[in-house]
Amino acid sequence: MSTVSVRIPTILRSLTGGESEVKAEGATLRAVVADLDANHPGIAARVLDDNGKIRRFVNVYVGDEDVRFAEGLDTPTPEGTQVSIIPAVAGG
Amino acid sequence: MATTPADNGYTSSADLGPATALTCRECGHSRELGPYYACEQCFGPLEISYDFGGVTRESIEAGPRNIWRYRGLLPVPSNVAETPNTEPGLTRLVRADQLAESLGLQRLWVKDDSGNPTHSFKDRVVAVALAAARELGFKVLACPSTGNLANAVAAAAARAGIRSAVFVPSDLEAQKIITTAVYGGLFVTVDGNYDDVNRLASEIAGEEEDWAFVNVNVRPYYAEGSKTLGYEIAEQLGWRLPDQIVIPVASGSQLTKIDKAFQELIKLGLVEDRPYRVFGAQAAGCDPVAAAFKAGHDVVRPVKPSTIAKSLAIGNPADGPYVLDVVRRTGGAVEDVTDEQVVEGIRLLAATEGIFGETAGGVTVATLRKLVEAGALDPSAETVIINSGDGLKTLDAVSSQVAPSANIPPSLDAFRAAGLA
Repeated sequence: MSTVSVRIPTILRSLTGGESEVKAEGATLRAVVADLDANHPGIAARVLDDNGKIRRFVNVYVGDEDVRFAEGLDTPTPEGTQVSIIPAVAGG
Repeated sequence: MATTPADNGYTSSADLGPATALTCRECGHSRELGPYYACEQCFGPLEISYDFGGVTRESIEAGPRNIWRYRGLLPVPSNVAETPNTEPGLTRLVRADQLAESLGLQRLWVKDDSGNPTHSFKDRVVAVALAAARELGFKVLACPSTGNLANAVAAAAARAGIRSAVFVPSDLEAQKIITTAVYGGLFVTVDGNYDDVNRLASEIAGEEEDWAFVNVNVRPYYAEGSKTLGYEIAEQLGWRLPDQIVIPVASGSQLTKIDKAFQELIKLGLVEDRPYRVFGAQAAGCDPVAAAFKAGHDVVRPVKPSTIAKSLAIGNPADGPYVLDVVRRTGGAVEDVTDEQVVEGIRLLAATEGIFGETAGGVTVATLRKLVEAGALDPSAETVIINSGDGLKTLDAVSSQVAPSANIPPSLDAFRAAGLA
């Protein structure tokens, strides 16, 4: 079990008591999201769609890598990894 | 420090003209106007809803000779033209008979947006973002950019007398670095591609509550500025819509907003309701939307860009899915062209019409040619293409391809001897 740091976007901070960065545990992104949801109920439903996939307009990074280029929710999250959840609607 | 979305000091006293609410394009959830950009429920993009009053052709034509003639259709205060801004818009719509002939088209127009104050269409969107950002209580005008937006933000902030903060990939064209730096303001080059810079900007936007990243946390307002391209094309054609339009696709926002503008003009009764087809143009080295279109997918799979068309090099385009919606609804297509074809497109536009477009313009001309050759575009139907920026900003693309015809001593004999007449 590894501990990672997760950056929380503004629109989810109502679920983390206003915190912009929280700790979570899990060896994969899927486990990290589940742990986040256990401590901050509601987060998983906002980040994942009804089929349990990362929502179309959410980008999740493990370290510098967009997990869509890696293994999605199965992307490994080693000890000390930085995870970032970011609204995808940006740019251009 | 903990923040909530309205911590930038926003109060509901903002005057945003005919805008009434922010509505999610994905789930339809609606909320009040404010400094918000992603849906609280599903992260989907927020779109401005309006209550248009009595906008008429006459009221528009009586307005200023810039985008503010359409202020009654934009999320800006009614006195927007009175505050210092770059006054973009009303660029030329050029009848391109020689380019049309070389491609086998009957009637072709080039909407030449290199004529804007910082020489790209980005002045339009930034002017609207600046007006909205002022109303929403932001203090700094910021952006991640592939270059053109950097120019536009730095210039608009200088003109408005406010601070700017611009972030670009460090491998940007030298011309675009200089044409941003000259305006002063905070200007940061980042060791990464545009998508990396975009991500960084999104994270900074979550921390710096006074910073209006025009294309991130002010994006719903900013993006509306591209509607003015559509309004102008219709007005300049004598208040009618073209049959076909070819538009470069980076994030995809410009294409979707030109379509939105056409739809609004139809609903307002300002143009005849007739079918038109929308085509998207991408570079093969960054073709996520074209690839999704050709594969019949609704989802756009991000790519790692590698193309000389850096202003279109967005590998993870925010509005990609909506481009697919528009193109499929109107019976258009999204096509992509190689860098070699892009350079040919730049040279063809220059040689036939005297318009030096940037690489994005080359992408659009080359895509037009490809669509005609493939029979996807009707050569007998009236067509408009967008040249979104100025070739002087992307000189490297053609610098090895073009040169003087000859070098001679300053004498008539030498001129004659060289056989140049």
